[in-house]
Amino acid sequence: MDNRQKEINNLKDYKYGFSTDIENIQAPKGLNEDVIKFISNIKKEPAWMLEFRLKSFERFKVLKEPDWQKPKFPKIDYQDLYYYSAPKSMKDKPKSLDELDPKLLETYKKLGIPLQEQARLNGIAVDAVFDSVSVATTFKDELTKQGIIFCPISEAIQNHPELVKKYLGSVIPTSDHFFATLNSAVFTDGSFVYIPEGVRCPMELSTYFRINASNTGQFERTLIIADKGSYVSYLEGCTAPMRDENQLHAANVELIALDDAEIKYSTVQNWYPGDKDGKGGIYNFVTKRGLCKGKNSKISWTQVETGSAITWKYPSCILKGDNSVGEFYSIAITNNHQKADTGTKMIHLGKNTKSKIISKGISAGSSDMTYRGLVDISSKAKNSTNYTQCDSLLMGNKCGAHTVPYIKNKNSESNIAHEATTSKISEEQLHYCQQRGLNPEEAVGLIVNGFCKEVLQQLPMEFAVEAQKLVGISLEGSVG
Amino acid sequence: MKEQLQKDFDNSIKNLSLSQKDIEIKKFCLNNFIDKGFPNRKEEDWKFSDLNQIIKKNIGELSFYNDQASTNKVDTSVFVDGLEHNKIVFINGRIEKIDFEYEKKDQIEIIDQSETINEFKNSNSLSDLNNAFTNKCFKILVKKGYQLVKPLIIYHTTNSKIWSKNINLRLNFELDKDSSLRLIDLFNDTSQKNFLNIFYNFEIKENAVLKNYKVDKFENKNIKYSFNNIDQDKNSISETFILSSGSNFSKNEITCNLNGVYASAFVNGVFSLNNEKHHEIRSIINHLTENTKSYQLIKSVLDENSKAVYQGKIFVNSDAQKTDGYQLSKAILLNKDSEFNAKPELEIYADDVKCSHGSASGSLNEDSIFYLMSRGLSYQQSRELLINGFLLDVVEKITDSEIKNLIKNMIGIKE
Repeated sequence: MDNRQKEINNLKDYKYGFSTDIENIQAPKGLNEDVIKFISNIKKEPAWMLEFRLKSFERFKVLKEPDWQKPKFPKIDYQDLYYYSAPKSMKDKPKSLDELDPKLLETYKKLGIPLQEQARLNGIAVDAVFDSVSVATTFKDELTKQGIIFCPISEAIQNHPELVKKYLGSVIPTSDHFFATLNSAVFTDGSFVYIPEGVRCPMELSTYFRINASNTGQFERTLIIADKGSYVSYLEGCTAPMRDENQLHAANVELIALDDAEIKYSTVQNWYPGDKDGKGGIYNFVTKRGLCKGKNSKISWTQVETGSAITWKYPSCILKGDNSVGEFYSIAITNNHQKADTGTKMIHLGKNTKSKIISKGISAGSSDMTYRGLVDISSKAKNSTNYTQCDSLLMGNKCGAHTVPYIKNKNSESNIAHEATTSKISEEQLHYCQQRGLNPEEAVGLIVNGFCKEVLQQLPMEFAVEAQKLVGISLEGSVG
Repeated sequence: MKEQLQKDFDNSIKNLSLSQKDIEIKKFCLNNFIDKGFPNRKEEDWKFSDLNQIIKKNIGELSFYNDQASTNKVDTSVFVDGLEHNKIVFINGRIEKIDFEYEKKDQIEIIDQSETINEFKNSNSLSDLNNAFTNKCFKILVKKGYQLVKPLIIYHTTNSKIWSKNINLRLNFELDKDSSLRLIDLFNDTSQKNFLNIFYNFEIKENAVLKNYKVDKFENKNIKYSFNNIDQDKNSISETFILSSGSNFSKNEITCNLNGVYASAFVNGVFSLNNEKHHEIRSIINHLTENTKSYQLIKSVLDENSKAVYQGKIFVNSDAQKTDGYQLSKAILLNKDSEFNAKPELEIYADDVKCSHGSASGSLNEDSIFYLMSRGLSYQQSRELLINGFLLDVVEKITDSEIKNLIKNMIGIKE
């Protein structure tokens, strides 16, 4: 089989695996203060931002890479990475889409995210992030009319320093864990969202992350602030080309919901998972944390994790405001040699706080999946409740499924309920479907979709359809 | 602590007639312990119970040397009335009496084992401490096909004549094919602020049955750690019941290795705590081969600043198809300062299994109280009735009716 044929075959498995041949500007390889200054400089950041980065870097130097996680991976050489990579054409910011490099437009078109006006997705505003920069943001004008700020975070640092200064690092401080601190030091781009008081965001906001350059770590930072009484639904999508080496993706996402505000954050993560033998793929080590700061606020995480060689993340909610609500809906699918260690943390601090966790894990092939979660009801969180359900489905006898919940209840007026099950697809169900004319693969797809339905329902319409297909594709070849 | 350990160790070695090899092993264990110290919260298994801190806070400096030469008087008043039983009596860490009066003498063998090598899985620094300081290690062998007529009660007694702040005990049991043993551990402490470190090792052969009931009921200020390692062969059954109530701090650790097909393990526990007590049960059930079964039920009633921890793990090896594993922990928090922490864990590498766990904690159900009060009971009576019923559920799991009644009487649970 010649190389071309091989490539075509591979692309069948992972259709976003192409790479864009484009000229890049890169920071010098390695991690040191000069590189951080380089990033800060190229983004024309104010002095306080550079200070924030350097402070984080100081702290990073004394931190040790954690090793308690289930999926083990070879040591990452942090000096062997590029921390900044951007298409050359982005150096002088194109003022409109017409000036944007056609190659970039083409890339996003191929990914199914058209940026041009005539082809835009209806009702979804997109911020497209390519390696270390945001290349385009659509529907900006419409949003501005309502006072909504939706722009790359590097722009927000310039144009809305008061907001960024106030909230950046308020949920994930610079003194957090290893990867979060690394991100604080070297983050490149990401989205910034501010919804003003009383505004219900009229469309879905979305960021599409694409890693293109090789040997580059992607460190994006997203900050979403929902002011009093506002509502926003935010989507995140991610893909990367197929490369033989592992690439690091260590993002930080901070959500802040003030009084009566609601944030709905959905992720469909489809980073390159590596090939059938477990070669290559993205290390997805993301820190996501939401703070329900005001009373009656609500944060809801929904994630569909199908990609990445290793997924290691725990989107969390800190329920600080009284009557606040945190939700976590997750589907994690691992196939071949993928590994996932994911779950959530619900930290109840305020009175009458509620949280709900629904986690569905599916492991197939030689993969390994862990649900790890924390529910912590503090002594002041009177009348709080938590409900957790985590179900795992095993397909084949080479994979593993693990559940590691930590449950802490320090309040006698609060209730926690936790349930977990692990099983395989029952022969009866398969038989039933096949008897009615489905082939084994379709039957499994149907059953798995039913297993995941509770979570899929939480996704916005456009994503739900895509996610449902993705669930089917991810499990291809795992039956029999 | 290091000097104290070294000094006490030298003292206790002097009084024992050990071979050079044994001394070397003991020294090795002692050095291991000196390196590691008491487990602390940085270790995952001790995350919820920082033993190092607890010992520091409650006892302060420990001493380890026990004079094994002087005998203690056996106080017969602690013996259980109304149930004929065999006895082993530990007083202040020294075996004072081994008495199998109801059994055929040739069917039970008591072997003095000098070898102290520790080969437990999941061992921690406390097993090193235990190895370094245990002076005598007996193995009780129940021979093929023999089923003990009467239960065996092991009395763990400490009193004010205790020599040191730390006691290390060790017992091994082997149940040969088709044999059975009912074993009750009864704790009776009048000493103050000691650290008890107890290791049991059970080998259960084909078709053998072990029932172990641990009853720590009497109020005392001691700190206890008890470790059971149970290896099970084909078709064997182990049943463990823990009543965790009396001591200031207690941690019961149970490891079951289901090595043979159709082996099954049952772990049931009751925490009934008040008065700032802090207790933990940690169970690890290793399903290592196919068609094995485990069942765990832990219930807690927590009052007055008390804290209960349950860490349960079900491990299923990739060969262990058709495993059936179940685990449930429930807690009632009666007081606003009480605390319940749980870590129910599943680690599964085989696909054709049925494993589940559940955990719930919260307050007494107000609706149920209302229901009972509307039928004429006082608040206090309703509360007691509900708690009684909540705990009775676990006690009813005891398969031996004689012992079930004994334990019911001991803890005052009504039917």
